[in-house]
Amino acid sequence: MWQEYSGRGWFHMSKERATVSTVDPIEKKIVISHLKKCFGDHEVLTDINLEVDNGEVVCIIGPSGSGKSTLLRCINRLEDPTGGTIIVDGNDITDKKANINKIRENIGMVFQQFNLFHNHTVLKNITLAPIDRKKATRQQAHARALELLERVGLSEKAASYPGELSGGQQQRVAIARALAMNPDIMLFDEPTSALDPEMVGEVLAVMKELAAEGMTMVVVTHEMGFAREVSDRVIFMADGVIVEEGPPAQVFDAPKEARTKDFLNCVL
Amino acid sequence: MFEKATPLILSGFWLTIRISIVALCLGMILGLITCLFRLSKLRVMKFLAGVYIWIIRGTPMLVQALIIHFGIPQIVNLILKAMADGGGYQKFTFTAFASGVITLTLNAGAYLSEIFRSGIQAVPVGQSEAARSLGMTAFGTMGKIVLPQAFKIVIPSLVNQFIITIKDTSILSIIGLAELVNKAKVYVGSTYQYMETYLFVAACYLVFTSLLMLLSRFIEKKLKYAKK
Repeated sequence: MWQEYSGRGWFHMSKERATVSTVDPIEKKIVISHLKKCFGDHEVLTDINLEVDNGEVVCIIGPSGSGKSTLLRCINRLEDPTGGTIIVDGNDITDKKANINKIRENIGMVFQQFNLFHNHTVLKNITLAPIDRKKATRQQAHARALELLERVGLSEKAASYPGELSGGQQQRVAIARALAMNPDIMLFDEPTSALDPEMVGEVLAVMKELAAEGMTMVVVTHEMGFAREVSDRVIFMADGVIVEEGPPAQVFDAPKEARTKDFLNCVL
Repeated sequence: MFEKATPLILSGFWLTIRISIVALCLGMILGLITCLFRLSKLRVMKFLAGVYIWIIRGTPMLVQALIIHFGIPQIVNLILKAMADGGGYQKFTFTAFASGVITLTLNAGAYLSEIFRSGIQAVPVGQSEAARSLGMTAFGTMGKIVLPQAFKIVIPSLVNQFIITIKDTSILSIIGLAELVNKAKVYVGSTYQYMETYLFVAACYLVFTSLLMLLSRFIEKKLKYAKK
């Protein structure tokens, strides 16, 4: 179903926006320094330093419990960092005075469990936040939602409820919902891990298009093929630290660290 | 035989219906506020809500009604007397309806708040995370995402509590509220028709609670998150 749409450049709106809004383009979209996160006594992240450039696609791989998701969730402060700073688009989000809701409008997030609002239709899922945050009028949000649905190949599902969709369809709606806020950055938290195997492809295809259109993306994933093909940089995490990072060819084909080698031997 | 009884008892039934509806509406509001207090991050609010629920749940409603109807006016009048300093003062009393509403509301509020809390906690945390990740405020997330879903989850327990509250109005006959049971007792006192009268009273309650159950089933159907 997705294939009929994949030929289209489906994020031309963002290009337009990029030229309008970035008068002073901030090259570093995300700057994380000395990030530390503890849950109780348990230290999940230890001194993480990471920079993400404008338009860069970064994939984070690593074994379960290595802190990948926690790192991602710190970037939009779904988790409060214990220490260190995170600067997104020039705003220090670890600053208690920062308007986190405003900052989050520019950071889309896609979850492993989709998290579509069960009590609303697909269309309402997509229009709810833009209207609530006064980013668009009802009509604008409506038009934009239909446009996004067409791009993810789900126009005919606008009036359905999430419970009536397959996992892959739900995840594509979730991506559309995040894009409706016109974010500069997209965070993906294992977006295909909860999907049946035959539905992984349709979601990855949407993400690939998004990457090709120049979206800044941070993707936590177990899809090594996707990481190798789409990302500009791969980060391997284990036990709360970044063990190794580099271009996909280097990390996958010539890993330097023993732990990276062990992990790749297990998954590839 | 019911020619004399029916208007009398139906007037009591009407009062039962009125006081139930008033108390349940107020109780819903009180319950929601208490529940949000309980879930709040502020210790003081949590504590206040906890104490309120603890007291209401741990004491019989009959005793609460007696304290509110007879105890509180007595204390208030002592204070008024002291303030009047020997002069005259307007004696303070609750009407039976007023103390009845207060008692029922306090009771329903405490139980409803626990029901609401269980409902809110049953909504997957991912729902509010998704809303927050889109930039929605905590308040907007609660109102547009969490509460509507929590409400749907708790409808059966909600109806259960409504029915309990309706039946509890009969306890208020003790403070002289002229509701269904109170009127029936008056009637029985002069006619000795125990069986007929009390069966009729039971039927009245049954009609009221059955209507409520039908309504809840209708709402539950309406709120299904799917077409068809």
